[in-house]
Amino acid sequence: MNVLKSRETILFAAILALLMLIATRFPGFVAPTNLLNVWADTSPLMILALGQMVVILTRCIDLSVAANLALTGMVCAMINVAMPGLPVIVIVGAALIMGAALGAVNGLLVWKLSIPPIVVTLGTMTIFRGIIFLISDGQWINAHEMSASFTALPRIQVLGLPLLGWTAVLVALIMGIMMSRTAPGRAFFAVGGNPHAAVYTGIDVGRTQFWAFVISGMLAGLAGYLWIARYAVAYVDIAGGFELDVVAACVIGGISIAGGVGTVVGTILGALFLGLIKNALPVVDISPFWQLAISGAAIIMAVTFNSRTGRTKGRIILKSAEIAQ
Amino acid sequence: MGNLAADASAAHPVLALDGITKTFPGVKALDSVRLHLFPGEVTALIGENGAGKSTVVKTLTGIYQPDSGQILMDGQPVQFPTAQSAADAGVTAIHQETVLFEELSVAENIYIGHAPRGAFKMIDRRKMRDDAARILTSIGAKIDPMVRLKDLGIASRHLVAIARALSIDARVVIMDEPTAALSQKEIEELYELVDHLKAQGKAILFISHKFDEIFRIADRWTVFRDGQFIGEGLMSEVDESDLVRRMVGRSVDQIYPKRAAVIGNEVLKVVGYSHATEFEDINFTLNRGEILGFYGLVGAGRSEFMQSLIGITRPTKGVTRVGGDICVIRSPADAVDAGIVYVPEDRGKQGAILDMPIFQNVTLPSLGRTSKNGFTRMAEEFALARTYTQRLDLRAASLDTPVGSLSGGNQQKVVIAKWLATKPRVIILDEPTKGIDIGSKAAVHDFMSELAAQGLSVIMVSSEIPEIMGMSDRVIVMREGRIAAELSGDALSPETLVRHAAGITAKGEAA
Repeated sequence: MNVLKSRETILFAAILALLMLIATRFPGFVAPTNLLNVWADTSPLMILALGQMVVILTRCIDLSVAANLALTGMVCAMINVAMPGLPVIVIVGAALIMGAALGAVNGLLVWKLSIPPIVVTLGTMTIFRGIIFLISDGQWINAHEMSASFTALPRIQVLGLPLLGWTAVLVALIMGIMMSRTAPGRAFFAVGGNPHAAVYTGIDVGRTQFWAFVISGMLAGLAGYLWIARYAVAYVDIAGGFELDVVAACVIGGISIAGGVGTVVGTILGALFLGLIKNALPVVDISPFWQLAISGAAIIMAVTFNSRTGRTKGRIILKSAEIAQ
Repeated sequence: MGNLAADASAAHPVLALDGITKTFPGVKALDSVRLHLFPGEVTALIGENGAGKSTVVKTLTGIYQPDSGQILMDGQPVQFPTAQSAADAGVTAIHQETVLFEELSVAENIYIGHAPRGAFKMIDRRKMRDDAARILTSIGAKIDPMVRLKDLGIASRHLVAIARALSIDARVVIMDEPTAALSQKEIEELYELVDHLKAQGKAILFISHKFDEIFRIADRWTVFRDGQFIGEGLMSEVDESDLVRRMVGRSVDQIYPKRAAVIGNEVLKVVGYSHATEFEDINFTLNRGEILGFYGLVGAGRSEFMQSLIGITRPTKGVTRVGGDICVIRSPADAVDAGIVYVPEDRGKQGAILDMPIFQNVTLPSLGRTSKNGFTRMAEEFALARTYTQRLDLRAASLDTPVGSLSGGNQQKVVIAKWLATKPRVIILDEPTKGIDIGSKAAVHDFMSELAAQGLSVIMVSSEIPEIMGMSDRVIVMREGRIAAELSGDALSPETLVRHAAGITAKGEAA
């Protein structure tokens, strides 16, 4: 627990250091209003990363989140175009259900057919993108075709923060409570921490992984509506490659790719770190290529750090006990 | 065999281990042991589980380094710092689960690591194929060297492993339970092959639990017990009883804190449990306050049966009654509900979740009781975890620390505490003290005894004879998936246990 805390403290310190560095070159960046904008801008990444966190905790991976986001977003936009009078809240509900359903497809393939998650989601990622092309004929849906209320919702300001940003806060709170205070939340850790032991404890590993994919899919669906509404455009390649940012946010946030270790706070910090780099570097006039290099370096550093702390955690005792068998 | 004994070269071992000691934290796996292997002879290494046989094999093949003692080849001291150095010296092992490469061809498997090289140091595939074919023919194996290994059966894979041993010109061949997975016909073929290797002057170390095999094939014997050398000699000068006595010969007493418990009514009754491959027709009853031992050799089907009893695998038929009522157990969750819990043998793999804090490990199957309205309550969780870890005398800085930071013995305590917290009626302990230090062992035994005294029914699966003898009220011996005997009182002795487990007919009985 102490190790986990210190891991997050270090990440938090890194984010503060980054902010100070940026402030020396562009003081306006650290103004509260701008920081709130950065938070709002990073919200889709945070929401997706929280879903991905659950999946990675159970020793799986979901590469289809960005495609799910794009497909659900496209469907939301098409519903809006077809029925402009439909209340936006209904569309949000539809986005949650549709995202969860797409996640359930991944979950069922992993659970019932025992196909490796990376293969399943690589496949569904391509399929989802293909479906967008089929239903949209490759056409864009632009701002003028969408209703005003559809595009306005994420931008409504409450206490200085757009609803988009509040959604991330809400999702983080719900996920935090679920992961720490409920039996299903505990099951995700158990399944990833030691699937064999989980089986003996009466936890169905496959079913737990299925629910992880459903959660990831549901959050991807939610992010799908938010994304399309915020940028007021929907097309096939939206959020292309974004799944890698999501996985990177988790890894930087200290989610063990081997499963069973991770926290909501860590995930949020991991996403924020990437969001800061993305938002700040152009402002301080650093080439986008550096942006990629810094993200990459952060990932490698995070993984190195995590594996090193893992090693000092008494694993040696267990290893020697295994050898003695 | 007489002519071999007369042969002057047979008097000098090819390979000799002298005074080899190997210590692991808390366990002295080998204590100054001796093992001599002679050219053209088969030496059987005999001992119970935990006697140190596997450790010796690993020392001989360069996987472990002995703490002290020396290895002599042809009388010259040698060291095997790596597996490769042992192979270079001509020591090769054919393991229980033969380690080969599924996707490579037979010839590649035989020559991997020492393939014949041609121009520019490239592998000479034609020569490799021809050489492989020649070796396979020489051992009478009709296997195409270009076939991929995954297309072969287990018996053929053994032949490939043996061909590999021959290809590196091994002088010492270690066969670790080579017949475990073979049919009778394949075993006969293996015997012929061993004779063939003997004729070529190889020294063979043969490890087996099966006495009929040992008497059929071995020329010499060496017995280990608890990591110590007990004796050695010629097979022609001993009989089964001698060997069994040497294997188990020790007094079993005081150190086991078994209390006389009041044994009550029947709690569990298992009728006709069968599985397609692992076990057949298992029947027994278990009473309140009783400790029922399950003894058998590794692979006798004990753990497989227990896993089926708690719903991890499905039996093909069989009925479980708990407290007289028929109980259908389809999953481990059903078993927990029925009051049957299983503490698995392999803590690291199956028991604890190492990254999780102690208290969360303990409460994992009991979250229903510590939750309210679907939310877990930390205070209740800590209270439950504290109650049961204190009963087991768990030593940890805080219940918030990950289980992975504890010693093996304390990890075992966390796993047991987890199951006791579910308030079970039957607790199945699979090798409860395997790999833990003496102090923790005593604590586990003491606690087991206390549980029985409190009216819990205990099933203890163990391969350690002293533990079985010292702790059980009654013992079921399993052999090859079936119940071979049920023993209690005067009928229960180390000799009878080993006889039933190994399938040796009693002395004086007509064969």
